[in-house]
Amino acid sequence: MYDYNAFDRAFLKERNSQFRAQVARRISGELTEDEFKPLRLMNGVYLQLHAYMLRVAIPYGTLNSAQMRKLAELATRWDKGYGHFTTRQNIQYNWPKLSDIPDMLDSLGEVGLHAIQTSGNTIRNVTADHFAGAAADELADPRPVAELIRQWSTDHPEFQFMPRKFKIAITGSPNDRAVTRAHDIGLRMVERDGETGFEVLVGGGLGRTPMIGKVIEEFLPRADLLPYLEAIVSVWNQIGRRDNKYKARIKITVHEHGIDEIRRLVRARFAALRGEFSGIDQQLLAEIEAQFAPPAFRQAGTDGYEAARKADPLFRSWSDTNLTPHRAEGYAIVSVSLKKHGATPGDASAAQMRVLADLAERYGHDELRISHEQNVILPHVHKSDLPALFAALREADLATANIGLASDIIACPGMDYCALATARSIPIAQQIAQRVDALKIEHDLGALKIKISGCINACGHHHVGHIGILGLDRAGVENYQITLGGDHTETAALGTRTGPGFSYDEIVPAIERLMLAYLGLRLTDDEPFAETYRRVGLGPFKAALYEEAQAYAAE
Amino acid sequence: MKNQVITANALIEGDVVYLAPSGQWVRHLSDAQVFTDDAEADAALHVAAARSNEAVGAYLITVTLQDGIPGPTHFREAFRLRGPSNRFHGKQAEHVDLNDV
Repeated sequence: MYDYNAFDRAFLKERNSQFRAQVARRISGELTEDEFKPLRLMNGVYLQLHAYMLRVAIPYGTLNSAQMRKLAELATRWDKGYGHFTTRQNIQYNWPKLSDIPDMLDSLGEVGLHAIQTSGNTIRNVTADHFAGAAADELADPRPVAELIRQWSTDHPEFQFMPRKFKIAITGSPNDRAVTRAHDIGLRMVERDGETGFEVLVGGGLGRTPMIGKVIEEFLPRADLLPYLEAIVSVWNQIGRRDNKYKARIKITVHEHGIDEIRRLVRARFAALRGEFSGIDQQLLAEIEAQFAPPAFRQAGTDGYEAARKADPLFRSWSDTNLTPHRAEGYAIVSVSLKKHGATPGDASAAQMRVLADLAERYGHDELRISHEQNVILPHVHKSDLPALFAALREADLATANIGLASDIIACPGMDYCALATARSIPIAQQIAQRVDALKIEHDLGALKIKISGCINACGHHHVGHIGILGLDRAGVENYQITLGGDHTETAALGTRTGPGFSYDEIVPAIERLMLAYLGLRLTDDEPFAETYRRVGLGPFKAALYEEAQAYAAE
Repeated sequence: MKNQVITANALIEGDVVYLAPSGQWVRHLSDAQVFTDDAEADAALHVAAARSNEAVGAYLITVTLQDGIPGPTHFREAFRLRGPSNRFHGKQAEHVDLNDV
């Protein structure tokens, strides 16, 4: 993992002291809200429905145990004892007081964490594959490059007042777990003639006008990455629209100018910029890479793991769903579900965060990850430690065996917290999870991605859910639209709207009808929902949604 | 003619406040001043919005009146009045008699 050097520490200290002074001037009345708002947003502070919210960046989703303990400490000292992990691998505190936030930021600084550029029209926290550095299917760990991008983009003088926010995601694996096609820039590591480079995607995004990213470069050599990124952002910063915030994101710029014209402009800008990066970025990258050296994996038998699987059906069920193949022999990647049936997706109590920190330290080479799917990952656990780990997770109420299943739902905070929301998301997620649990159909349903957003901005990624739910305000009541057939992976696709929306009381039964329809439509027990949908199309699902509803209404 | 109330979020705590007849910001909708005249409401909002060193983002909401007590008409305002639905936090968990801003 990357450790802050003296420069990083001094920078953060200075920045935090500037913000402390800004908060003081706001409280004393020297700064108006209009003057203060852009300053607080630059530092991750929102004013939400019931309170301020502090969004802390978890760079590319990576944490060590000390950092996780710090997140727990913030939750206890300055919030209500919990934190909310988000789809951008950040953590949000829902209840801080404005006057406490400078202390929170100083406290975070002690472990090399901050909230800089987690909001505002800047380059946001770079997100990455949550299995980075551990996955068996990976070409290389993308996190050194992500850290390089973090350093380059943080306080970049040219990119502090852009047309709109800008999000970059990176993966080192051909199996895209970072939703790179739905980001302003998506970076996918690829190999050509033995050399590793990047496929560069541009102009993806969800929100009001969802778009799948387009390929601007099929193969960009590694050494060209930073000047090329700078060229893209620089071109957009100049020609991106500032007259209308709904048309300001780069996806609209690419759409209006065409990918070929954008490529031409970016390449011209790149040619002018390339020389300015005299290789210092590659020197820096080499230093960062050394800090991401893999841990010393141990060699040990896995008999205990196999025996526990045979002996304990609960352990077997959990290890069936919550483990992913690791690149080191004898190891597994553990996904810890923050989606207990009926719980708020992504919420963890301070006590749970401390347990996770302890377990990472004891069994996981001191590493944790936060996934965009709002779960916590222990990326490096030796299989012989899994039975003990599972027992400890059970005690902390963290052993739900549902990763990738119907109750592993992404949900944005929605109108329970967010000032932008048009409807609630969390209670819908809670009720769907409870319903599939009550029906005991979750394992039969198999792989199913349900994603819920409480407004058109799509923080809950509903467009790319197998089942997407969008909460809207229709004439003063909550109304939920359904989309089907979305795909968040390397074969990314936007879902198709099924038809009229459903009320708050109708939406969970509607989702149940969809799930039951799938069970009847699939060819075999192992044909997943997404494949059945691709095979049969919208029709039969639409019938299940609307014709049955009408039949019930007529009774 | 509609019944309106001025609401905002407190500068330090960020919680929901309403403008009372005394001119103070209060934490309960039931204590809020109800404007029945649109022009008067707009004028009061103009004054309230300028007091952003006490409360931020002031705006008007339409309310119902039952026995003279204002209540929310839109679900967003009902949530602001109560707190989140997934946790017993916010106004629903706070006991009465919070100090005025």
